[in-house]
Amino acid sequence: MTLTLFFEQLLNGIQFGMMLFLMSAGLTLVFGVMGLINLAHGVLYMVGAFACALVAGITGSFWLGLVASLIVAAMAGALIEVGVIRRLYKRDHLDQVLATYALILIFSEATRWLFGSFPLYLDVPDILAQPISLFGLLDYSSYRLFIIFVGIIVAIGLYLLITKTRLGMRIRAGESDREMIAALGVDIRTLYTLVFALGAALAGIAGALLGAVQSVEVGMGGPVLILAFVVIVIGGIGSIKGAFIGALLVGVVDTMGRFLLPYLMTFLFSPETAANVGGALSSIAIYILMAGILIVKPKGLIKGAGS
Amino acid sequence: MTKLVLDIKHLEKKFGELKATDDLSLDLKAGEIHAVIGPNGAGKSTLIKQICGELTPDSGSVEFLGEDVTNLDVAQRANLGLGRTFQISSLIMEYSALRNVMLAVQSVQGSSYRFFQAIARDYKQRDAAMECLTQVGLQDRANICAAQLSHGERRQLEIAVVLALKPKAFLLDEPMAGMGPEGSKRLTEFLDTLRHQSPILMVEHDMDAVFSLADRISVLVYGKIIMTGSVEQVRNDPLVREAYLGEQ
Amino acid sequence: MMLSVNREQKLNISFIALLFILPAVALSMDEPFYITLMTKVVILAMAGVGLNLALGLGGLISFGHAAFFGIGGYAAGILATHYMNDELLFSAFGYEYFGTDNMLAIWFAAMFVGAIAAIIIGYFSLRTKGVYFIMITLAFAQMIYYFAIAWPTYGGEDGLSIYVRNNLFDLNTLDPIIFYGICLSLLLLVTFLVSTLRNSHFGSALQAARQNEQRLASVGIRPFGIQLTAFVISAMATALAGALFADLNRFVSPDMLSWHTSGEIMIFVILGGVGRLFGPILGAAMFIVFEYYLGGITEHWGLFLGIALLAVVLFARGGIVGVIAGEVKHD
Repeated sequence: MTLTLFFEQLLNGIQFGMMLFLMSAGLTLVFGVMGLINLAHGVLYMVGAFACALVAGITGSFWLGLVASLIVAAMAGALIEVGVIRRLYKRDHLDQVLATYALILIFSEATRWLFGSFPLYLDVPDILAQPISLFGLLDYSSYRLFIIFVGIIVAIGLYLLITKTRLGMRIRAGESDREMIAALGVDIRTLYTLVFALGAALAGIAGALLGAVQSVEVGMGGPVLILAFVVIVIGGIGSIKGAFIGALLVGVVDTMGRFLLPYLMTFLFSPETAANVGGALSSIAIYILMAGILIVKPKGLIKGAGS
Repeated sequence: MTKLVLDIKHLEKKFGELKATDDLSLDLKAGEIHAVIGPNGAGKSTLIKQICGELTPDSGSVEFLGEDVTNLDVAQRANLGLGRTFQISSLIMEYSALRNVMLAVQSVQGSSYRFFQAIARDYKQRDAAMECLTQVGLQDRANICAAQLSHGERRQLEIAVVLALKPKAFLLDEPMAGMGPEGSKRLTEFLDTLRHQSPILMVEHDMDAVFSLADRISVLVYGKIIMTGSVEQVRNDPLVREAYLGEQ
Repeated sequence: MMLSVNREQKLNISFIALLFILPAVALSMDEPFYITLMTKVVILAMAGVGLNLALGLGGLISFGHAAFFGIGGYAAGILATHYMNDELLFSAFGYEYFGTDNMLAIWFAAMFVGAIAAIIIGYFSLRTKGVYFIMITLAFAQMIYYFAIAWPTYGGEDGLSIYVRNNLFDLNTLDPIIFYGICLSLLLLVTFLVSTLRNSHFGSALQAARQNEQRLASVGIRPFGIQLTAFVISAMATALAGALFADLNRFVSPDMLSWHTSGEIMIFVILGGVGRLFGPILGAAMFIVFEYYLGGITEHWGLFLGIALLAVVLFARGGIVGVIAGEVKHD
């Protein structure tokens, strides 16, 4: 094991964490403001990836695809908010879970109907195809660096949006007191649709960005959705800051676990057993992390709103 | 000296910068009714929650019957004999009035882990519950769902539930709230007889009730007890008049 | 006491009758496939009846019951595989155990391991409330799912085949109608037990915990213990269903542990009607009808299942039983 490899894996972990942050920011925002648990968030991730792959395929431009993923996912988000989600705010969590699970079934099958069962492929744009040298120490994928960059930009953007703008002020008001914000005369329906569409757009862009690294297929949103849940549970449901910290923790622990645990196990076991034990342990490392954090802090690291 | 049933010493509770309970000491003696009064926001609910175990104080202690219960949870304190009612009726809304009381009887029986006996055939439980309902005058409403009872009836049911626990001390959080003059009067008379069973610590806004029932009154302002005394002392204390009774 | 039969009970009785009549018809028409399909309904229903105890009566929205379903399945698969290959499973105090193909032992093992898992998962999950509980039960199930995939000894991602069906007394368990009979008997037994539990002292405390934990604690009954007990019993029923499911398919795979399985078990409960004794059975039947009949017409049957589920959640909150029998009544 070399130090170079270690840093490369660490960067991979951060990149994975940034992607998880894009996913969980919307999830946690929707929960914080509207009190809604949204399983269909993974669907929006998938919609973003398909939109990007389709537009990039037709126009040949990844960047147009990326823009399309934002717009289409935001529109899909607004559509399901107005059509279904809106009726669920006053319902209990069970109804929310089931209705949004139903949305997963509907959207997944509809996408399969439209695009078939075969995965689409989305290429990394030419400009980001070559690895770049970092401080002469290691060559690292410029595309992955780009994802990290997008994650940081979004984190800063969300921070500014929430703390510095009128919309952010309303979102914060909505988090602390749903009755009050209605009394203030803010059009709460539009606000909710807006917040939901914003979360959807972030999920969509995450899907598009990751679609170029993995394949674009129906069902791609499921595993990511569950990881996003782990992230926001760790971070504290409703807190964007918590989502950021949680996402980085999960991303790094997962990636480094897969890299380090099988290696560490060779000190304890024979090579074959070490590979088995290390592999099994690393695949559940983040869940152990989550359980550990919840034992100490049952409501997550950062106290979120609405929980 | 009379034995203390409840002995609360130097209780402190902060919410952020706000001191909701500030070095608060309070006790309850056998056979008495001790009322805690105070303006809105004085920290009465926070106090009740710390006594019954819903909130843990930052420091200080709560002793019940000579035992330190500061670190016990709500259910454990209830099992020791601390029977509390809620300011806003907190009942099992889908259950009938009788079933609500039966649940309390069940707790005293210690039979919550009986899996096979049908509750409908536990006549002992049923009869004990019915007796408590009769005591508060709800016997004719026994089979009505809690959700369909009137506000006043729910207040009565709260009392019936706590009676079924056969507590060693009653902790009543604004029992008169929303009762109406007629109901308040009847409840006042009833509580007057109750003190012979177990002492009562009550938080109450209804001054008529407080002045006619209480042996001692403590005045709570901004998390602090500013005085404790008899009805006469409290009535005539200038500080209290200023802080609470809204003397113009 | 007067014996009165309300609409829900009438529905339940006719439903039990159908569970006996339909397979008999299939048998007389020599259609073993339908018997197998009915067996699937009965087994999935049992998983749902298990979940319904936690979810319907206790209000514990577990999104991780696939964990117990899969654990039951793997318990059956592992015991049977060791027995067949005559491989040592474990040895303790000089005693060596090579697995078994005895269904009774397998059921017991499935429920035992399911209970242990439920105690651990429940202990941590029940410290949290609401949306945290939902997500944590989901995360625990995922943990077991990924573990099953990553651990190669029992087939990893490919799953584990059971080559012969396990034995019960001297019955020919390979005969579809016999196996159906076994599963139906167990389902009726489990349903009867859940019904008994519902009306018991424990059931009263459990349903109170769902409605108002604060009240339950303030009369001196700790909600945690009541809820954990319900969670464990619920998991045991679901684990038993998992063991039967493995035996039915003669195959176990991580799919049984996936979060879609959790979602499906939840769908049985909701489609049928939350907290209704026979809700999960009706729900499971509906689900299989969708899967097989709609699945025969279009491969996109999931789309219609989704629409049906959405419609039930948005417009018919009592599920099918609720629509037919009206609201739940407590005395």
